[in-house]
Amino acid sequence: MDAITSFASRTVVLPRDNIDTDQIIPARFLTTTGREGLGQHAFADWRFDRDGCPRADFVLNEPAAAGCDILVAGHNFGCGSSREHAPWALLDFGLRAIISTGIADIFRGNALRNGLLPIVVDTDSHRELLAAPGAEITIDLDACLVTLPGGRGVTFEIDAFARYCLTQGIDPLGFLLDRKADITRYEEARQWKH
Amino acid sequence: MPDHASTGAAPRTLFDKLWDAHVVVPETEQTPAVLYVDLHLIHEVTSPQAFAMLRERGLPVRRPDRTLGTVDHAIPTAPESWRSGLLDMDEAARHQIHALGTNCGRSGIRLLGVNNSRRGIVHVVGPELGATQPGMTIVCGDSHTTTHGAFGALAFGIGTTEVGHVLATQCLLQRRPRRLAVVLEGQLPTGVTAKDVVLALIGEIGVDGGTGQVMEFSGAAVRAMSMDARMTLCNMAIEAGARAGMIAPDDVTFEYLEGRPMAPTGVAWDKAVSRWRGLASDPDARYDDRVSLDVSGLEPQVTWGTDPGMVAPVTGTVPASPDSEQAKALEYMGLRPGQNLLGQQVDQVFIGSCTNSRLSDLRLAAEVIEGHRVAPGVRMLVVPGSQETKRRAEAEGLDRIFLAAGAEWHESGCSMCIAMNGDRADPGRFVLSTSNRNFEGRQGAGARTLLASPLTAAASAVAGCVVDPRRPLQRDRRIA
Repeated sequence: MDAITSFASRTVVLPRDNIDTDQIIPARFLTTTGREGLGQHAFADWRFDRDGCPRADFVLNEPAAAGCDILVAGHNFGCGSSREHAPWALLDFGLRAIISTGIADIFRGNALRNGLLPIVVDTDSHRELLAAPGAEITIDLDACLVTLPGGRGVTFEIDAFARYCLTQGIDPLGFLLDRKADITRYEEARQWKH
Repeated sequence: MPDHASTGAAPRTLFDKLWDAHVVVPETEQTPAVLYVDLHLIHEVTSPQAFAMLRERGLPVRRPDRTLGTVDHAIPTAPESWRSGLLDMDEAARHQIHALGTNCGRSGIRLLGVNNSRRGIVHVVGPELGATQPGMTIVCGDSHTTTHGAFGALAFGIGTTEVGHVLATQCLLQRRPRRLAVVLEGQLPTGVTAKDVVLALIGEIGVDGGTGQVMEFSGAAVRAMSMDARMTLCNMAIEAGARAGMIAPDDVTFEYLEGRPMAPTGVAWDKAVSRWRGLASDPDARYDDRVSLDVSGLEPQVTWGTDPGMVAPVTGTVPASPDSEQAKALEYMGLRPGQNLLGQQVDQVFIGSCTNSRLSDLRLAAEVIEGHRVAPGVRMLVVPGSQETKRRAEAEGLDRIFLAAGAEWHESGCSMCIAMNGDRADPGRFVLSTSNRNFEGRQGAGARTLLASPLTAAASAVAGCVVDPRRPLQRDRRIA
């Protein structure tokens, strides 16, 4: 995975709360053994009508959404199913960060492991972002700082290990594999049978 | 096992005891804990990319003996589909199921494959085989892995990259979650089930009420529940956003497990039970937060919106003055603000899923429906959670009750809960479902889901609309 440090982009705003992973990618697209090309199905039932035509009134279909790498979404983004196809689809669709006031646990972990930044900000900063769709903002992962449309900087929390992996382009599996001796010792010391 | 009082150690919760026992490398500010996984359950949909990653890196599966596979999400359940040799199965699904067979075969992982007599929904077969045991850490690439917490296991859903981590190392990188005590007091009234309890709880604390936390359910109402009911409760902990749901093991747990194919036997069983008895939270153990609910006055619950927290008592109404989120949900659902839930039209009824497809769920539904007929124009699917559940239900004659009522009796699988296997509802249709998610499109693009208990679902199938399962069904719907 490429290292991520800082980037700037315009935002696209999807202000609904509790956007679940079934909306991000409906289950009928999960009969795949790969992880590529899922962006075409991102938000499929919101982007397309039943005949497969783009819905003109959906924000991600608006011309201004093209080239936006940052999605500002409502509270509790990514709730529901653990499908990692959700961050795969969002990344393939072209997004690099989700900003919300709350992000569901499993989605947050899946996103971090794929280089999609799940960023939680306070309600006031979130309101400022919601009010300025299309604004250019900067995300600095080294400094854990989002620069809001008005120029104010707001810090965000991100797990120290996840940030280290993302900024250095390190795969966490390598860290686990390096603990092989500890794992073997643990297995040998385990007294119980199951 | 020494208790904390005699050793002077701090009192611990059930969660603390499991966490501590599975830490391989402790967490620091810089690095998460390395946590050992006792049982890794896998299925066809969320594992192929993980096996591919292992192949690319030349890594073997570290503990095939701690891994168990089943086929559930993408497999058709309709009897006609099985009679035709699954010829109508989607090609991509067939490929996915074939890939699981190849991956398990190469790695020496036991697979409950398409023609295995113990196949079924991953969260039904684990407990049924006795693979799920108290004190274990259990993970699966499926959010409803929380189900196994009913046995006093620490069980949670993971993503596919993590499936790869567990296959390769039998471990996960985890930060310690917070502990939420959920105390359920009182006695459940007749006609009210664990499903109603958990829906009411989610309605109360919200679909993000459990974020970052592991719930431990306790209290008189939990102690009085069967294992099937406890599984329903823990199954939906994820619908409140919780990392896991847990219940301390007790005699009900041990009685359920004794004699199951993968449970310990003889002296090993006795030793296991005495160890498991020590898992319950110590009397003064501290939680990070606590909620309590008295279930004595609870009514059957039905959801009216597009998340499981949008729920009301069956005799209640949908919000009369909806906020903007609620208004969007009502628009999708085609429901009027302030309307009664009772009498709401139902086009399809689904009894199944890892929430409510176990033998006791099927018995409850059969008891309601026996001697009645499904209302004209209503399609009812009854989908047992496993092939073993199906056989046991058939031995009791439950299949004949459902078939006589005009319902469909299917092979096991996730079926209409995930609607990626041929079972689904058409756009605009109302589905009264015993599953766990009423998200937009969950049961088919444009389909509208109302979640409820098997009792409410079965009674409403007969009436053709939402009814209160505590009231007798009308005589004119009886079989002449």
